[in-house]
Amino acid sequence: MWADSIMAIGVNHKTAPVAVREQLAFSGDCQTPLRQLQAIPGCDECYFLSTCNRVEVLFVSREQGNTVKAVRDFLFGGADLSEEEIDRYSYFHQGQAAIAHLFLVAASLDSMIVGEPQILGQLKQAYRDAAAENSTGPILNRLLHKAFSVAKRVRTETNIGGGAASISFAAVQLARKIFGELAGKRVMLIGAGEMAELAAEHLIAQGIDHVLVANRTLERAATLARTFKGTAISLPEVVSRIPEVDIVISSTGATELILRRDEIKPLMRQRNNRPLFLIDIAVPRDLDPKLNSLDNVYLYDIDDLTNVVEVNKSERAKEAAGAERIVDEEVLKFRQWLENMEVGPTIAAIRRQSDATKEQELAKTLANLKDLSEKDKKAVQGLANSIVNKMLHNPMLFLKTDCKPDEKRQKLAMIRKMFDLDDTPEGKSPKKS
Amino acid sequence: MSDLLFQGSLLAYVLTTAAYLVYFARRNKKMRRVARTMLLVTGVIHTICIVARYLEVGHTPLTSNHEAVSFFAWSITWGFLSFRWRYQVKNFGAFVTPIATILMLIAALSSHEIHELPPALQSNWLPIHASIALMANGFLSLAFCAGVMYLLQEREIKDKQFGLFYSRLPSLEALDNLNHHSVAIGFSLMTLGIFTGSVWAKQAWGSYWHWDPKETWALITWLIYAALLHQRLTVGWRRRRAAIMAIIGFAAALFTLWGVSYLLEGIHSYVG
Repeated sequence: MWADSIMAIGVNHKTAPVAVREQLAFSGDCQTPLRQLQAIPGCDECYFLSTCNRVEVLFVSREQGNTVKAVRDFLFGGADLSEEEIDRYSYFHQGQAAIAHLFLVAASLDSMIVGEPQILGQLKQAYRDAAAENSTGPILNRLLHKAFSVAKRVRTETNIGGGAASISFAAVQLARKIFGELAGKRVMLIGAGEMAELAAEHLIAQGIDHVLVANRTLERAATLARTFKGTAISLPEVVSRIPEVDIVISSTGATELILRRDEIKPLMRQRNNRPLFLIDIAVPRDLDPKLNSLDNVYLYDIDDLTNVVEVNKSERAKEAAGAERIVDEEVLKFRQWLENMEVGPTIAAIRRQSDATKEQELAKTLANLKDLSEKDKKAVQGLANSIVNKMLHNPMLFLKTDCKPDEKRQKLAMIRKMFDLDDTPEGKSPKKS
Repeated sequence: MSDLLFQGSLLAYVLTTAAYLVYFARRNKKMRRVARTMLLVTGVIHTICIVARYLEVGHTPLTSNHEAVSFFAWSITWGFLSFRWRYQVKNFGAFVTPIATILMLIAALSSHEIHELPPALQSNWLPIHASIALMANGFLSLAFCAGVMYLLQEREIKDKQFGLFYSRLPSLEALDNLNHHSVAIGFSLMTLGIFTGSVWAKQAWGSYWHWDPKETWALITWLIYAALLHQRLTVGWRRRRAAIMAIIGFAAALFTLWGVSYLLEGIHSYVG
């Protein structure tokens, strides 16, 4: 069985604390680990993924015992861990479980933030690196392509990546619901703080036009303004500059309110009623809660945003159930393919295909030759049979001759492709002419 | 023949509406394509139905309530489809198609009888005036839908309670633009409708304006939309207020269409 020869070993954010993961971090170049893995005897195909939340090796081996040990030693070689600790922090999946694991990772169901989109890109990069080193073969090639299409299916069929899962993204998403396009909009940053700066960065990535930075100390404002290529203003100027901006992010340490309803109300007219999105991430609050009652003013404080994120997270968890069903389905399909990746089933499939073609063509021809006697018909059928058998003889022999396991896989994959016995990994349009 | 086509159109409307509502509930992209195609087919069937009715009655089929309301629904459908050329508004169809379907039901329930054309209506102005006025209503219905969608979406954003609409409806900006475009087109058509009507009135009744209830209510409706457009350009009556005004204006437009004919007496009343 091929299925049991697929294995995954690794650590992730669920099994190991960051102190352990960072010991395994393979820096930068991925050629060295791939080459080391390839050098392990019995490791027919392999692929290596290293991100900040996981380090794992997926490999195909017929020998198991020794190879598994060697891969494990490679992975934890640089770490100062006892055997027992390694067992505790790492996971090992084999066969169906390994396939399911890869699909779950690709579909971002195993991520720290379920549904985050980066993992698929990281997976694709890891695959490109492995392919460049020639460390993948017919099984991993197909398995990884399948993993990409599973991820795509999960993304289109469930709403797993729907709502923002962090406060700063929630703010960006809200801004998009209010303003549509963010290009050309202006932001005012009052006070500084990690979260405020992060939100500003996300907004700039969305095409925000200009950033005004206000701070108690003008010097700090000027520094921040430089990083955002914006303008620095002083705190007393804040109210008078409101008509110029569309989004305000406030996070000062002030105990007093910075913007009051009565100050903003007259300015709305001056703004020609253009909407104003106020984000208050300070505790205690900077912005008057009553501001939300003004027309075209939308005020969100830190609790509101946290709520949004919590709701989104539970929404994602609900969607994850549906996504897991998709993964289960695809794992079964992949197993089916693996089972067919044997000599016996492949020969049977080729026979079935050829016999079907033969019968079809015979029926067509005999329908046109109505004058033939029974004997002649037999002869024509005999002719068709022997042509098919002769044509198939050499491919069958080629399949049956003994050779090394990885060569055999290559052969099977090639023959199956030649006779078009499988769907393409995307599951559609097998023929591209 | 035209009756059969009408029943067919009605059925097509019901099915299209169902498709749009399923898309709204399930957010399945395939359903969205299905619904769009169905609406296009519905629009074509309905067009054929109106042409058939025209051939059957021998004059522009806009003189009875059945005919006028059916044409009203047709205007909504094609107004909506014409917008789809230029931009997409997510789930707009789930709001527009039910209205068109309700209108078709009203048309189905009113008398399908074919009237002899009264002498006063025997004019080339009939198709021009009536069709423009009803097409104006079509676009004003689109503005009404945009207004309702805006208020639903805004309520969820203001209250910070994201329910059915937040993720399903587009941004407030997009909805406000939609409202603005629909009102701009609807208002222009309405102006043209009133203008052609008064030219026809001059020919038929001898003077441009009679203060007949239909004319008065058309003027009131026109003033509501004129105020909306004017205020938007000058002091920025946009978004929430524009949405509310589009809803009020639509109520006035419907009253002009039906309320006047059934509740108030006037020289326009033979349409009914």
